[in-house]
Amino acid sequence: MNTFKRTIQDIFQYPSAVVGASIILVLTILAVVIVIVFPYQKAVDLWRAGEDVWYRSPKNAQPEWVNFFRRQDLPETLFLSTLEGTAAKTIKPVTEDLTQVFISFPIDYNYDFFPQELSIYFKSQFKEKKPLVTLTWVTPNGEFQMANFSIRETGTYRVSQDEKLKRKLSGLPPQQALFVDLKAPVLSPVKGPYELRITGNLFEKDATLDAEMVLYGQVSGWAGTDHLRRDLGIALLWGLPVALSFGLIAALGTSITTMIIAAVGVWFSGWVDELIQRITEVNLVLPFLPILIMVGTFYSRSLWIILGVTIALSIFGAGIKGYRAIFLQIKESPYIEAARAYGAGNWRIIFRYLLPRIIPVLIPGLVTAIPGYVFLEASLAVLGLGDPVLPTWGKIINDASNNGALFQGQYYWILEPSVLLMLTGLAFALVGFALDRVFNPRLRGV
Amino acid sequence: MAEKTLLHLEDLKLHFRTGKGAVRAVDGVTFDLGYQEAVVVLGESGCGKSSLAKAILRLLPRNVDAYSGKVYLEGQDVMPLSDEEFRYQVRWVRMSMVPQAAMNSLNPVLKVGDQVAEPMIVHSRMKKEDALAQAAKMFQNVGVPIDFLGRYAFELSGGMRQRVAIAMALVTLPRLIILDEPTSALDVLTQANIMNVLKRVKKELEISYILITHDIATSSELANRVVVMYAGLIVEDSDAMRFFQKPLHPYSQMLMASVPRLRGDKEPEFITGQPPSLYNLPPGCRFADRCPLRFDACDQDPLLVEIESRRVACWKYV
Repeated sequence: MNTFKRTIQDIFQYPSAVVGASIILVLTILAVVIVIVFPYQKAVDLWRAGEDVWYRSPKNAQPEWVNFFRRQDLPETLFLSTLEGTAAKTIKPVTEDLTQVFISFPIDYNYDFFPQELSIYFKSQFKEKKPLVTLTWVTPNGEFQMANFSIRETGTYRVSQDEKLKRKLSGLPPQQALFVDLKAPVLSPVKGPYELRITGNLFEKDATLDAEMVLYGQVSGWAGTDHLRRDLGIALLWGLPVALSFGLIAALGTSITTMIIAAVGVWFSGWVDELIQRITEVNLVLPFLPILIMVGTFYSRSLWIILGVTIALSIFGAGIKGYRAIFLQIKESPYIEAARAYGAGNWRIIFRYLLPRIIPVLIPGLVTAIPGYVFLEASLAVLGLGDPVLPTWGKIINDASNNGALFQGQYYWILEPSVLLMLTGLAFALVGFALDRVFNPRLRGV
Repeated sequence: MAEKTLLHLEDLKLHFRTGKGAVRAVDGVTFDLGYQEAVVVLGESGCGKSSLAKAILRLLPRNVDAYSGKVYLEGQDVMPLSDEEFRYQVRWVRMSMVPQAAMNSLNPVLKVGDQVAEPMIVHSRMKKEDALAQAAKMFQNVGVPIDFLGRYAFELSGGMRQRVAIAMALVTLPRLIILDEPTSALDVLTQANIMNVLKRVKKELEISYILITHDIATSSELANRVVVMYAGLIVEDSDAMRFFQKPLHPYSQMLMASVPRLRGDKEPEFITGQPPSLYNLPPGCRFADRCPLRFDACDQDPLLVEIESRRVACWKYV
């Protein structure tokens, strides 16, 4: 324990290691918290859910914090619903067969940019006669009737797709034209209170009508959204435990098996060593990434299968050659001969005498190998071979590049996962280098 | 072979295979060792002393060319035993060894207590606590403070490490310990200390020693008997008293003459030349080339002849 404490103290003499270790600590705590608070199934379900879950968020919206850096704010999303009580609904029975419902969505619009879209989702219950709704748009300057139509049990009305409205608004896209003064020389949003009024005529006694209005802004959440309106935050958060566990398991799995195989080869020598060396050499010329791509294309893209294949391919990896060189030297130490003399068996010598000697070399290598595997997972995902179920950083980048994020200036989409990847890599690299200097002091001068 | 023989070697041979041919490191060694006897094996470097130890304990390197002869331990022929049987029944159970450079023979990543307990755990499948208790007892026997149990080898001085190595050989209470140069690389005071430890342990635990050394002066304290080896063969085998007073073989005489004396003007002498290389040995006495007393008979292999219960391989005494 004392030695352990001393090692830790040694490591923390390097400021870079302190930085790296703090980042790793924060990431690890975050990963644990995420997994506990936001269970796997929930994350997967949300990530794979469609428009019916995500209809409240805008498409391809930037994160909300971009407004902090802008002089003129981008509009945020406004969601009002009579079902959730965020909008007022009054019911006025007119006759026995006619009931009128008045729904009001007040909008306080104070942005210099136009919203993405204005959608209204209707929910209604009736037996035979469809309700008739009339939409009235109230601007700071006046009001006009946008549309009237009858609805079914559920219905969606998007202003951008209403051609009639478009013509009425002199051919401008309605989601923009609704917010401008058409007589003004410059078409920019008029700030002030707006209101969307819905008047519903229900022709049956027990009929109901509810409505939800979404004014889609251009920013959403702390991470922004993708082309399927999904909150990128989910994938960014869940990508963390996935990346860390993939990196750690792969690094641990490969280093430990490689170490044991190298020790076994060196200790038994003869044909065992020969066989291990030949397998390693064959394995080294096999192209690693193409094999993974083949597995991903033809067999399974499950993250855990890929993890298994990664470890399986790395068992006879380049590490064997390095470890073997060290083991050959250790094997000749007098204390190994002494151990053999007092009757220690082969496996006892391997596990108690050979392996512990290599740990100083192993640990820094292990730590620096972790980001390598994190990047590997990300590169596979970028190549389109990511896990089909799990949200990961690589898959965000893949989605982003498939949807031309950079052409459309949606930098946040690429940058967020990339920064997290780089941060993870950097943290482990910083700690790994410090560990290397502590465990192998002779390298310090080099 | 007498009842009171602990170890009986008969024509023991150990040859190594090298690029230049077979090295005859041990080339037919025959001798007996009684209970509680301490035999010192003397000889220059490269005489096959350490190989003899390896041959007795069957610690063979990979390039063995020939390994033959008979080894009786307490009357039992141990040569037919398989390697596994030998490992479990003989090595470290009935005879153990303090290896050459014992100071480096401790595992740097094990605490010395665990290290000493290792043979117990390996052989008797003892629980760790019991093995550690036994190790503590052995530490007392060889004069290592018990609180050293939790230390690592690099935290110990050379003398202490040597004691730990001896404790490790003692821990299974064997009948015979082979000590391969236990005091080389130690200062004179520590050497004397270690020798005292060995003497005391021998009496207390009723152990026999085979002490391999070229330090004649230090070993004379402990020895009951002296065996002189030259080029893989025993050239003289004598009780210690008479050997130190009057060695018989010319090689023994020259070895003794090379020991510096405290009193008297006599300069230490040295033996010119070097031991013959152990491959392609010509027939005849192997020491003949360096022997000042060489005569015609020396061209033939000398036999070990017995004179007054001492054995010597020299034509002079035939």
